[in-house]
Amino acid sequence: MIEVLSAPHSMEFDYTRSTGPVVGAFLTGLRDQKVLAYKASDGAIVCPPPEFDLANNAPVKAEDLIEVGPEGVVTSWSWNPVPRAGNPFDVPFAWALVKLDGATSSMLHALDAPRDAITTGMRVKVRWADERVGYINDIACFEPTVA
Amino acid sequence: MSDNITGIIAPIRLDYRYTPGTATSLFLRAMKEGRFEGRRCPSCSKVYFPPRGGCSMCGVEFAETVPLANTGTVATYTIVNVNFANRAVELPYVVGEVVFDGADVSTSLLIQGVPLDEVRQGMRVEAKWIPQDQWDYSLANISHVEALDEPDAPFESYRDAI
Repeated sequence: MIEVLSAPHSMEFDYTRSTGPVVGAFLTGLRDQKVLAYKASDGAIVCPPPEFDLANNAPVKAEDLIEVGPEGVVTSWSWNPVPRAGNPFDVPFAWALVKLDGATSSMLHALDAPRDAITTGMRVKVRWADERVGYINDIACFEPTVA
Repeated sequence: MSDNITGIIAPIRLDYRYTPGTATSLFLRAMKEGRFEGRRCPSCSKVYFPPRGGCSMCGVEFAETVPLANTGTVATYTIVNVNFANRAVELPYVVGEVVFDGADVSTSLLIQGVPLDEVRQGMRVEAKWIPQDQWDYSLANISHVEALDEPDAPFESYRDAI
């Protein structure tokens, strides 16, 4: 009988990505504690901003972006009982879709609140990371506006 | 504020548990103990190194384990001029397909200690092992191969490995 070997095997590769005019402006905004959205040709205010207008397919320019938030409302959420490496928290937490004030669409991020305190429609606000570098994690998470 | 963001580093990481199966487990255990072991096809008699579970040409399961020599022949080679992310070898370097004596298929290994313009097909080489206290269940126990002071092997002896 042959004893079969088994061992952990990890693969890692860091991609260096160009962010382009829209995502670059959005990330620059996060670094500077501003959340930017796109005012689309059909009147929608989309956050995070898309690179092309969803109605007329025109390229979005950095100067088309407007500031929204930093408060908003939870439109949907999901509890993550088993956090994985790279998640914003290493204890169970919620992922939430948050429609920031001024926007008509929702963005996904972690929500730091006890599970039984979370409701669709609850008011939340951005909690900024202490060190911001121009990355989505510059928003550490959302948190309830009233503790 | 300061400059606008133009790029990000997006990390990708996948954590697997690798279970190599019986044939490769036998091979890796032998490597851990400092031995080259191939396996012979009972149908065509070819010896595979690194060994597989069965012969890809005949579709027959291997049974016999064959000890191989630490010496072999360069069947073919390539000169590498572009670096990989984790390769800590000075460019340019040579990677050879080495047929170890007693085997019928080749293995990719670093060729060192030979000027680039002297590397050739048929060159006789010897495997250089890393220090014994660092041996693991890995082909990486062989750091590279070096040239032997021997006449080149005739083309017929390695033609089937190309």
